[in-house]
Amino acid sequence: MASPPQISSTPQSIFRPNAKHREAISKIFRIICAIGLGIGLVVLGLLLVDVFQDGFARLWQPGFFTGNASRFAQKAGLRTALLGSVWLLILLLLISVPIGVGAAVYLEEYAPKNRLSQFIEINIANLAGVPSIVYGLLGLGIFNELFGLGPTLLSGALTLSLLILPLIIVASREAIRGVPQSMREASYGLGATKWQTVSNHVLPYAIPGIVTGVIISVSRAVGETAPLIVVGAVGYLTSNPGLLRRFSALPIQIFDWISRPQAAFTNTAAAGIIVLLALLFVMNGTAIYIRNRFSTFR
Amino acid sequence: METPNPVSLSIRRERTLEKSVTRGIKEKIIALVLLGCALVSVLTTLGIILTLFEVTVEFFQEVSFAQFFLDTRWTPLFADQHFGIWPLINGTLLISAIAMLVAVPLGLAAAAYLSEYASHRLASTLRPALELLAGVPTVVYGYFALTYVTPLLRNFIPLDVFNALSSGLVMGIMIIPTVGSISLDSLRAVPSSLREAAYGLGATKMEVTTQVVFPAALSGIAASIILGISRAVGETMIVVIAAGQQPRLTLNPAEQVAAMTAYIAQVAAGDTPRGTIGYKTLFAVGSTLFLITLLLNIISYLIAQRFREVYD
Repeated sequence: MASPPQISSTPQSIFRPNAKHREAISKIFRIICAIGLGIGLVVLGLLLVDVFQDGFARLWQPGFFTGNASRFAQKAGLRTALLGSVWLLILLLLISVPIGVGAAVYLEEYAPKNRLSQFIEINIANLAGVPSIVYGLLGLGIFNELFGLGPTLLSGALTLSLLILPLIIVASREAIRGVPQSMREASYGLGATKWQTVSNHVLPYAIPGIVTGVIISVSRAVGETAPLIVVGAVGYLTSNPGLLRRFSALPIQIFDWISRPQAAFTNTAAAGIIVLLALLFVMNGTAIYIRNRFSTFR
Repeated sequence: METPNPVSLSIRRERTLEKSVTRGIKEKIIALVLLGCALVSVLTTLGIILTLFEVTVEFFQEVSFAQFFLDTRWTPLFADQHFGIWPLINGTLLISAIAMLVAVPLGLAAAAYLSEYASHRLASTLRPALELLAGVPTVVYGYFALTYVTPLLRNFIPLDVFNALSSGLVMGIMIIPTVGSISLDSLRAVPSSLREAAYGLGATKMEVTTQVVFPAALSGIAASIILGISRAVGETMIVVIAAGQQPRLTLNPAEQVAAMTAYIAQVAAGDTPRGTIGYKTLFAVGSTLFLITLLLNIISYLIAQRFREVYD
């Protein structure tokens, strides 16, 4: 652990004062730690500057938001990808929020302490560590093939829903756990049943936390590319998306543009990235706003 | 998590019979529906395991274990078919190793600074800023690696256009928050009495940090590093975009390699109908990937549980 007490156990002649030297090293260590922290932040800054330099001009060229995919970098637009992402967002909310919040309520309010509950808990923790591309294979095997949905928007949305379910469950549980026990007891004391207590008191109280968690989870899904590639999203779509049609999404479109050899597509991809980052920024900003706004009540 | 509330039980007993029967049924149905929601996660795990292994079994009916584990070439879609998984594992591990060389020192340095040096206010601003790194979509990192880092590095060292080095470096940056955040939490959990005891013995701040706080938080740090490796192994978009598609047995970071995830994404992006060998390889590689990350996650979990120092 700490350096041994040399002074008392050794003869006076061996003792060399070295405090200054050690303090100097300690100061250098502090600077090294600060640099370590700084490098991450600097790279984040470089990344943003690089993307904006490459894509900002392209962003404002006519037709970028309204144009369809194209073989020509200057004509290529985001329309189908943007629509696809909006569709995905709505479907994700519809599918994963009820299931995720339901599971969280069950685990926090209902689950007896038994093997099954423990098993479910371990399961959720484990699912959060599964690589996203493996969810893509799950979607390909179950939704595309077994359910016969094929490479469609619905299949992609279901896949992403399963991907973010563990995140939503964990966030919602935390919010529900923050509800004071006295609330529940007051409700029970008035003769309310368990469900009445949960639906009228626990959930309303926990909603800011749940909404924040949901937005952050969903924004993670909006930036996901790999599982959608496996499920069959494509980056050259020209038709409007539909539930049972092939689909595109912002990150897929960006990936498609990045992988094209023509240099002009680099700027188009960077412009797409700006749109994606802006979307995520707004979503996360909203989440943080809601958290801060409503946490004052507690 | 919570024990059934005794209050609710006693209330239920006192309610009039008629009311409690209908209410009881409704309550039970709701409890079942909620249980169903929770079971979706179990079904997901089952679904992953069954789909992966069903097709993997089909794969191994065509390809022997020897071909998969002993061959040194991976060319399943060429006329000259080889099914040796090692080049893909090589690619994944090479890139992950580079990533961890970046993420571990930077993540730990950041955690040490935020926990031991920064004021509470500064730390509460800088931590979310650092965690933004984990929120950037990986396709964006891929773009950054390919169009910024690789050209930058090529000014100094000869690199392939697609190479393990720049994708590894960028992936390392992405993983800083994974290592940093979890380590930070475990550094903060070390009681200040340990620090004060060391200061009392005349230790400097660095000595306290490296010889007292770090060892005390070792289990959390180790768990965070292994979780970081698992993240690196499972990461797809950076390696698809910036590391290339050439399965090779090499330790040279300047070369193009193919990671397991990159292979899956590349082949799945082209249409591979069910039943073809291409489709089966997706799941064989996916199973390998799943097992590796599962193993890492379990090790990380066990380290965190088994060796956790509990302080009051």
